[in-house]
Amino acid sequence: MTPDLEPEVRKRQRERARITAILLGLFVILIFAISIAKMTVNR
Amino acid sequence: MTSTTCTQATALPAEWRDFVALTKPRVMTLVVFTGLCGLLVAPVAIHPVLGFTAVLCIALGAGAAAALNQWYEADIDALMKRTASRPLPAGRMDRQSALHFGVGLGFFSVILMGVATNWFAAAVLAVSILFYVLVYTVWLKRRTAQNIVIGGAAGAFPPLIGWAAATGDVSTLPVLLFAIIFLWTPPHFWALSLFVRSDYAAAGVPMLPVVAGLESTRRHILIYTLPMIVAAVAPWALGLAGWIYGVVAVGLSAAFLILALYVSANRATEPKEMGPEKRLFAFSIIYLFGLFAALVVDKWVLA
Repeated sequence: MTPDLEPEVRKRQRERARITAILLGLFVILIFAISIAKMTVNR
Repeated sequence: MTSTTCTQATALPAEWRDFVALTKPRVMTLVVFTGLCGLLVAPVAIHPVLGFTAVLCIALGAGAAAALNQWYEADIDALMKRTASRPLPAGRMDRQSALHFGVGLGFFSVILMGVATNWFAAAVLAVSILFYVLVYTVWLKRRTAQNIVIGGAAGAFPPLIGWAAATGDVSTLPVLLFAIIFLWTPPHFWALSLFVRSDYAAAGVPMLPVVAGLESTRRHILIYTLPMIVAAVAPWALGLAGWIYGVVAVGLSAAFLILALYVSANRATEPKEMGPEKRLFAFSIIYLFGLFAALVVDKWVLA
């Protein structure tokens, strides 16, 4: 990686990390909601 | 692609937007809609959260198939104007990232579908992804002009998966919905391939207009429209849908047939003179949306 590209690489890494964190958070919420829904259906 | 672009592509990590582009979001809207309709017309009510998850899995599965398709076809995408700006041919992403993303997303969608709904729906989803990637992309697309006739089955799976997610099985109506999309795909894609045939020819893809010529393709569009109309009207004729669907199916199919007749009568060779082909292509999308929407409305109103 050349020094002039480094700020752009860091920016893209930060953006991807942020998106990954948001998706992981949504996934946790979805699994929680699926668990509750399955308990409701099976009751 | 210049060597500078290639060097930058390997040096820079792809942007998240390019991963979204890899899933072909515009194509996904039709997949999501038909999958949702399959789920909504099923005779068993599904919990909204589980229904949402099923449709999400159908979308993610379609996204995975699209990513793997672009991973495999990067070389021919680079040769076509329509696809040259995609992340891989444009040099904004390396192929390994696309492969990992596609495989990961595919596994994730199938496992989540199995956990949230049932493993039969998950199996059908897995088959649809593998069919699109292995049968259509790898096997048929570069070998035969019948590529989209058989490959069209891949895009026909979503209503079947939606139904299976709600009921755990498959019956006559979802098979008819599968048949509608399966038979709709050839006229839809051949209309498109008529006015972008130079792209396909440049990339060496044996689409029907490239291999058999314009007149033969126009005749094929008309011939394939007839069984499509039979499949579209069948749910109403067999008593599996009510009069609302029947009226919409007959009306839309008549319009489709008229447009197909205009295409078969056209003798233009230049894309800018292919108004009937462009109209049929645009209408074919409205046609499929209309049929499936009518089916859901029919069920909700007449139930």
